[in-house]
Amino acid sequence: MKRHLISAADLSRADALLILDTAEELAQLADRPIKKLPTLRGRTVVNLFYEDSTRTRISFEAAAKRLSADVINFSAKGSSVGKGESLKDTALTLEAMGADAVVIRHPASGAAHRLAGWVKGSVLNAGDGTHEHPTQALLDAFTIRRRLMGGPRRGPQGGRGGLGGTVSPQNRGGLGGASPRANTALDGLRVTIVGDVLHSRVARSNVLLLSTLGAEVTLAAPPTLLPLAVSSWPCAVSYDLDSELPKSDVVMMLRVQQERMNAAYFPSVREYSRRYGLDAARMARLPDHAIVMHPGPMNRGVEIAAEVADSSRSTIVEQVANGVTTRMAVLYLLLGGTEFPAVTQ
Amino acid sequence: MCAANSPVAGRDGLAVLDAEEIRRALTRIAHEILERTHGGDEVILLGIPTRGVPLAYRLADRIAEFEKVVVPCGSLDVTMHRDDLRLHPARALGRTELPPEGVDGKTVVLVDDVLYSGRTVRAALDALNDLGRPRAVQLAVLVDRGHRELPIRADYVGKNLPTSQREVVRVLLAEVDGQDAVMIGEEEGQS
Repeated sequence: MKRHLISAADLSRADALLILDTAEELAQLADRPIKKLPTLRGRTVVNLFYEDSTRTRISFEAAAKRLSADVINFSAKGSSVGKGESLKDTALTLEAMGADAVVIRHPASGAAHRLAGWVKGSVLNAGDGTHEHPTQALLDAFTIRRRLMGGPRRGPQGGRGGLGGTVSPQNRGGLGGASPRANTALDGLRVTIVGDVLHSRVARSNVLLLSTLGAEVTLAAPPTLLPLAVSSWPCAVSYDLDSELPKSDVVMMLRVQQERMNAAYFPSVREYSRRYGLDAARMARLPDHAIVMHPGPMNRGVEIAAEVADSSRSTIVEQVANGVTTRMAVLYLLLGGTEFPAVTQ
Repeated sequence: MCAANSPVAGRDGLAVLDAEEIRRALTRIAHEILERTHGGDEVILLGIPTRGVPLAYRLADRIAEFEKVVVPCGSLDVTMHRDDLRLHPARALGRTELPPEGVDGKTVVLVDDVLYSGRTVRAALDALNDLGRPRAVQLAVLVDRGHRELPIRADYVGKNLPTSQREVVRVLLAEVDGQDAVMIGEEEGQS
């Protein structure tokens, strides 16, 4: 694993599986009386947010605090950025304060990559413009794996290093019946990502990560909301959502990012919603086991109908809970070891 | 792995315990646990991954066989509590799996393969502290090789093995390694 997490493409299949397996173990922490581990004591994580965020910032903060790291929150509002301080100068300030990791969200694509060249610590991309949001893709993969690959487990260490066999049968499976075996990827799962791919960093990271993990990804969107270079992405493209639904195991709805739209990408919100919105009638076309995901925040009534968002197929609330565990796994693997970790298997 | 079923001197060094001796040591420890805890009352066995876990399950099987009492068994991963995390690249986590009744008020017997510096056991005590409040904590190990760096001792020992710090002790278990043996060898490079 590299020192920074800038793009989902930085992760090999082994890296991604290591993160998901680590997150799976850390997920147990939520059921414990003390939801904290001493692992990152004395390390400092800076949340550097140049763009509004609730979920991601709180999630990173909770993840770092549960690992006992010190957290410094920086938001561009109310800081020297208002006086014209550049990203580089801000970065050097943080560096001087001894940040071991910087979590950055920035409206400019590539900001995280630039920052990685300026600071000594690890840089975690928490969303840069319309480029990438790798931890969102990781938590989505984690959620998909838990929901769809959870199958029956062999024993307390099912699938881990060949342990099993003669271990006595008592007390097995007492916890987390849903947790998948270690090293389970998403091979053969069909994931359809729907909507505003053009402005979505979530879509790009998900396409890269899910295909690394073996899933077959299809983008379903109006031609105006697909990036030009989409033909080079490791996924299929369709303009017709209805024909994709019956063969999808996962439908991931993207938010229509009106704040990034500076042109007319579709005639009206109503027309978009009718062609590409997920309502109850469309949901009924999905296979019985299929799940509906949304990275949030939702535009209820635009890309997803309220009754779909609140249905039992929707994983939207789970995704938030899984976000904390997945980010804990990433922070641990990047910061938990030696100064310059080399986690490769 | 080296030989099919009988451990041999070679890459892994010299065999100090074979499968039969390991079986007898575990049988004795199981009896001692029963004796010391008044018939295994309110006892939980927690193995420390990787090789402590199959040892804990083997002990539970023996206890069930001798006294017909079911002793709950689980695993306790100590990775996140280790004091040497920063000396190595971040490592994959083992599994922590507690019996559903939890550890509060129970006598917890920690089970590990080799007791050496005592640092793993210290980490286990810390990890346990976050999971609840056991009435008592005891320690069972298959091999005690000495050279403690912390004031920690085992309550149940399979074999006391005087070693030099330059030697490497490896416990092989059928569940993990395909055979049962305890090997002692010379240090290879820096390990």
